[in-house]
Amino acid sequence: MKNFLLASTFAAATLLSGVTHAADYIIDREGVHAAINFKVQHLGYSWLTGRFNNFNGTFSYEKDKADAAQIKVVIQTASLDSNHSERDKHLKGDDFLDVGKYPTSTFTSTQYKVIDETSGTLTGEFTLHGVTKTISFPVEKIGEGDDPWGGYRAGFSGTTRLKLADYGIDYNLGPASTHVELELHIEGVRQ
Amino acid sequence: MLRNSDKSYGWISIIVHWLMAIVILFVFGLGLYMVELTYYDAWYKGSLELHKSLGMALFILLVFRMFWRVINSKPAELAGPKWQKISAGLMHRGLYFVMLLLLVSGYLISTADGAAIVVFDLFNAPALPWNVENQEDIAGEIHEVLSWLLVTMVTVHALAALKHHFINKDSGLTRILKVDTVD
Repeated sequence: MKNFLLASTFAAATLLSGVTHAADYIIDREGVHAAINFKVQHLGYSWLTGRFNNFNGTFSYEKDKADAAQIKVVIQTASLDSNHSERDKHLKGDDFLDVGKYPTSTFTSTQYKVIDETSGTLTGEFTLHGVTKTISFPVEKIGEGDDPWGGYRAGFSGTTRLKLADYGIDYNLGPASTHVELELHIEGVRQ
Repeated sequence: MLRNSDKSYGWISIIVHWLMAIVILFVFGLGLYMVELTYYDAWYKGSLELHKSLGMALFILLVFRMFWRVINSKPAELAGPKWQKISAGLMHRGLYFVMLLLLVSGYLISTADGAAIVVFDLFNAPALPWNVENQEDIAGEIHEVLSWLLVTMVTVHALAALKHHFINKDSGLTRILKVDTVD
């Protein structure tokens, strides 16, 4: 049902925006061939990693018209998981993400610049903790093609580095931990 | 002497009562204090470990206390209007109930990802084999609200004891301070 709604919304949005014949994909959340991970330095001695378990997204991409590629991802911030409940509670609380007040974080692309067949630079509006900023980061196309079950898939990876203070998150974790690296690994199923 | 009598509580009840009272007020203050500590405070980790250990110790004391309460008699009811007797009984039951829920909710925060609670480096209190989504957040909200509720109830309970002592001049307070053996 959720997927159907998502698909209908996407179809409607596509019709309204007048984009025709673009290959539209829904990020494979059902089979979980997608992950949004983060990592932050701990005291400057190691990496602390975690992820967001719940997010949805759609993208459109066509090999021959890659410049027209678009993506939108909505992350449910309360699904943060660093495998330690006390830390998760703290990170979801008002010292950090304040998920009660800001339940979602979104990324909507505005431009995709092709570098070559497997790489490009994605620019878009990223909203976190109620603050929206324009960010650009490199994206790698991993591959695309038929899957063994009658569908067609395409997958990408992208990594960006954010300064937490830019998004109004100013809890002092120490000088080595002012930035977070966000990794997006997605596989979309063509609709 | 050790067991409760018709006139007063026995030493076991008295000691457990006051021990829990002191520890509860201490962990309440500790809880308010530790959530304000920043990441680079030396006691950032230690304060939470102490809070959890004392919480688990309170749980053991509470279970023993409820068991002791069931196998013991109670001192005779104090004189007073009927509504007072009923509300005193409700308050005592309410205190047990809120203490239990408060301790369980705290336990559910720390064990939400399946990690055990280390109690004073002596033993581990294991997590339950199941948990619910966002358990640490839900249990955390409940824990905070119940902690304020308990301290409010404790205040009313203490004021009532003082009222019995100074206004009614009965044994409401003294029966939980020392054992009355005079027949």
